[in-house]
Amino acid sequence: MSRKYRVVHETSYKYVADVMHSHHLLHLVPRPAPYQQCLEHEIQIEPATHRRVDQLDAFGNPLVRIELAQPHRELTVTSRMQIEVHARPAVSPETTDPWEKVRDAFAYRGAWPSRDQLDAARFRHESPHVRVKQSFTDYSAACFTEGRPILACAEALSTKLHADISYAPGVTTISTSPTEVLESRRGVCQDFAHFMISCLRSRGLPARYVSGYLRTNATQGEGGEKLVGDAASHAWVSVWSPPYGWIEFDPTNGCFAGTDHIAVAWGRDFGDVSPLRGVILGGADHQLSVTVRVEPEGEPN
Amino acid sequence: MRAVLEPADLRRYDELNDPAGAMRAHWRPLIGRLRADDSPDAVRRSLELTRRLIVENGVTYNVYADPQGADRPWALDPLPFVLPAAEWKAIEAGVAQRARMLNALLADLYGPQRLLAEGHLPAELPFGHPNYLWPCHDLRPADGTWLHVYAADLARAPDGRWWLLADRTQAPSGAGYALENREILEQVHPEAIPDMAVRRVRGFFSHLRERMQLDHKEWAAGDESPLAVILTPGPYNETYFEHAYLARQLGMPLVEGHDLTVRGDTVYLKTLGGLRRVHSILRRLDDDYCDPLELRGDSALGVPGLIGALRAGRVIVSNALGTGVLESAAWLGFLPPIAERLIGETLSLPEIATWWLGEKPALEYVLANLDRLVIKPTYPNQRFEPMFGRDFEGKARDLLIERLRNRPYAYVAQEHVRLSQAPVWKSAATAELGARALTIRVYAVNTPEGVRVMPGGLARVANEAAADVVSTQRGGGAKDIWVLSDNPHEDTLTQGQTGKWANLQRQDYIPSRLVENLFWLGRYAVRCENTSRLLLRTLGARSDARVWTHARNICRDLGAVSPDAEVFDALRTRDSQGLQADIRHLAWCASQVRNRLSARYWRGVVGLQRQMQEAMATRGSSREVYERVLLSLAALTGFSEEDMMHDEGWRVMRLGRRIERMQFVASILVRQLRSRHATHPETVEWLLDVCDSTPIYRARYLGVPRLSQMLNLLLYDDGHPMALAFHRRSIDRDLDDLARSLKGERERGVPDVPLLPQGSAELLDAQGEEGDAARAGLAEELEDLSARAGDLSDRVSRRYFALIEPDAHALAT
Repeated sequence: MSRKYRVVHETSYKYVADVMHSHHLLHLVPRPAPYQQCLEHEIQIEPATHRRVDQLDAFGNPLVRIELAQPHRELTVTSRMQIEVHARPAVSPETTDPWEKVRDAFAYRGAWPSRDQLDAARFRHESPHVRVKQSFTDYSAACFTEGRPILACAEALSTKLHADISYAPGVTTISTSPTEVLESRRGVCQDFAHFMISCLRSRGLPARYVSGYLRTNATQGEGGEKLVGDAASHAWVSVWSPPYGWIEFDPTNGCFAGTDHIAVAWGRDFGDVSPLRGVILGGADHQLSVTVRVEPEGEPN
Repeated sequence: MRAVLEPADLRRYDELNDPAGAMRAHWRPLIGRLRADDSPDAVRRSLELTRRLIVENGVTYNVYADPQGADRPWALDPLPFVLPAAEWKAIEAGVAQRARMLNALLADLYGPQRLLAEGHLPAELPFGHPNYLWPCHDLRPADGTWLHVYAADLARAPDGRWWLLADRTQAPSGAGYALENREILEQVHPEAIPDMAVRRVRGFFSHLRERMQLDHKEWAAGDESPLAVILTPGPYNETYFEHAYLARQLGMPLVEGHDLTVRGDTVYLKTLGGLRRVHSILRRLDDDYCDPLELRGDSALGVPGLIGALRAGRVIVSNALGTGVLESAAWLGFLPPIAERLIGETLSLPEIATWWLGEKPALEYVLANLDRLVIKPTYPNQRFEPMFGRDFEGKARDLLIERLRNRPYAYVAQEHVRLSQAPVWKSAATAELGARALTIRVYAVNTPEGVRVMPGGLARVANEAAADVVSTQRGGGAKDIWVLSDNPHEDTLTQGQTGKWANLQRQDYIPSRLVENLFWLGRYAVRCENTSRLLLRTLGARSDARVWTHARNICRDLGAVSPDAEVFDALRTRDSQGLQADIRHLAWCASQVRNRLSARYWRGVVGLQRQMQEAMATRGSSREVYERVLLSLAALTGFSEEDMMHDEGWRVMRLGRRIERMQFVASILVRQLRSRHATHPETVEWLLDVCDSTPIYRARYLGVPRLSQMLNLLLYDDGHPMALAFHRRSIDRDLDDLARSLKGERERGVPDVPLLPQGSAELLDAQGEEGDAARAGLAEELEDLSARAGDLSDRVSRRYFALIEPDAHALAT
């Protein structure tokens, strides 16, 4: 099964005073993945950029750097794409490796690790938005019982987060630490993702942050509950689950990622893949508005 | 001088005496020389000279934890640490080899990562380290070098060998202090250094400078010589003194992040004369703070876009961004085997025995031998002090073991080294030597001709004999290292090339931010002076009711006291305007330009702040406070004349002074002319006092002070440094000079001082309507002149500081 989408992601900054000069990094071009194929993509930037450089970042995501050299009071970046998302192969959680085995496979023995193993090793540590702490290990203790397969653990953890944490736009910011979310039990998709990643990495398990979009007004299963996280970009988690490899979970909705999820980039945490990051000179205060429209094209086939 | 150590600690290596108790040969010439003059006086002289030179040279070390936030004077022992030539050669070779090996390691970690792929290194070491910077992966520096400057911390174990304690690869500090220490000891022991053939350390700095100013093929712009700058986090950094000192010694501009800007992948310095391309940056800022665009977004200290410029090969940063990843004890132990693989050599310098707990056998070994080991963090962001296993008993020990088992890869265990003990000069009173635990830091610079090691360095001693941790933050002291030469021509080549860098072409590009602060430093210094004298003279006029009312009104009009405050309370209230606020502003401006000021200027500023704090705390005489403030300000003016380079920055500072004074004199004259007591001799006399012009007036005119004569003096006498005509001329001269040296159009000055109409002098002194009209007319013209001076200030700002941009801030969605 697959689904085609048209996505329009518009970010606009309105500044109180002139911005004299600015540099921005854009993670807006969707990266290729086995389960998705970008058919068309363009980025429009107003005002005209002084420079634009396209490259890949250290995690293999397409990265666009732009520089604006003329004074401006407004910046609008519009990313448009047509993309096809395929259903992911079915997985049976019970057949994955026990979580302790997954962890211990990373123990250093002086031997050559596999390419995949070394790649996954990049996602096992603290990073600017992810904490490694005993409190996360304690929080997830019930999900990680002895000898339980990793994917079953991750699924239980994703379900637990979905149940424990209330989706509450506006109470957290991009700099909210997962330790605060552990206290407040409130947040948005980013916080769910950083929290789940903190729980996994605190146990020495690799986990990636995935940034992307979610089909809005979708429901989970037949007559299921409506997926949340609409009208903006979405974030979820990818868990290293041998023998399958990386398997994606959406803890905000307590489900696996599927044809409703369009991935753009992944990294250690939000900081590696934030859609639009920048440093401006001037501008004083600013007003930010972000709109995302995810429109399915035709019926799933 | 009795060269007797305190009871020797037999478990430690004694640097001075051999186990039989005889003094080691390399110490004999120095100790013998000191012994020849055995008097306590000689000792006291040396100690005092050292202290005095440290204060005079302004050598300081900022201590973060210090509640005063104050600079601590550098603690230097007048007794150096002596090393014989043969021993040094081994150290030198070991440090140079290590620098090459670490550079190769960085090239692999930020490139193909073969060592990880082949299992020579655990992935936890780089990937868990906060200074492994992913945006720098696959970023090959334009000069192919990651580690330009390297420092090794070494200690001597009881077996007499030197062992490596730690690698400094981020932005090694202390080389500047080492040079400063040498300059001080050259004055304390003027004969011993040449007589004992102590090797010179200056050559190292010329290697460093040449390294920074290398011309790279990629830069074939050809039109300009490469510009190298030193990037500092700013005056609040613990080693800011050293940044400023190095900038001076190397002849490189000292800049902060916002002095630089990246335009189209090229880095520029914002200078008084416009944007100037920067080719290389010697950074003293930690790598993760260097580019808020791609690294820490919360960093206000970095240069947005720097990584883009590095990727484009348009700039070189020394050390490369990401080199901080090697600052972890966890690497030790893995390095000897991979040195073969990286540089095909065996490491000659032994490393202190280290176990990374991420390996199961290492963890079990460490838990079994906890009592003789020290536990340290693998990553610098785990904030804990080294833990000595033997200090943990019972429950605390169980907790420690649990901690290590839960997250073994985050911990490192090291053998507990008993540091050797070096002789130190204890005190002037006893003329005896003490013994202190010692470590040394040795510096290397990677040049195209190979790694050069400074023949000397920075020795640090603990503040107690048996300590095994030596730290400047914790109040230890420093020693100069004297490496003895066995070849008298050893350092002559570099000496001949560089001498004191006689042929150094200074690239003195002053960042425009500094110039703006100099301008305001000039303005605030004069403003403080004006206000102090105004308040002082006003308090002196309390006995005459008419003058008192007149003067108080003017004080309020001019903002010397707030409208609802009394003149005699001016020091007691903490206002956003007035003298206290102006002194705060002055101190802030001075702190921003500290590396352009002399040490005594800076001390003067600190003293001024202290005077004000004391004045606020006590209920002493305000007049005395103003007198003292005026004296201090006069000293600052003198220092700026005597100590500073009379360059563009200085000229702009003087321009600030002149503009401020001109506005003040014009404004106070306007107030006088508009007062109904304008012609009153007592108010005229008061005003002459406020303008510090009474003696000159008395020399010119006899009899009762008259308004017209005072105006004649303060308006037109261009030989009188308070007169408007004097300022106008001086402003013109400074604008001429600035236009000439910056090769630009000359900024328009201020208009002529308004002329008194023929025969109007008498009218100004007259009572009645006609007199009032004449005074009002002149007041209006002077008001206009004051406004024009303000206008010039704005024009100067727009013209010369326009490159100063608003603060950068980070955005993210």
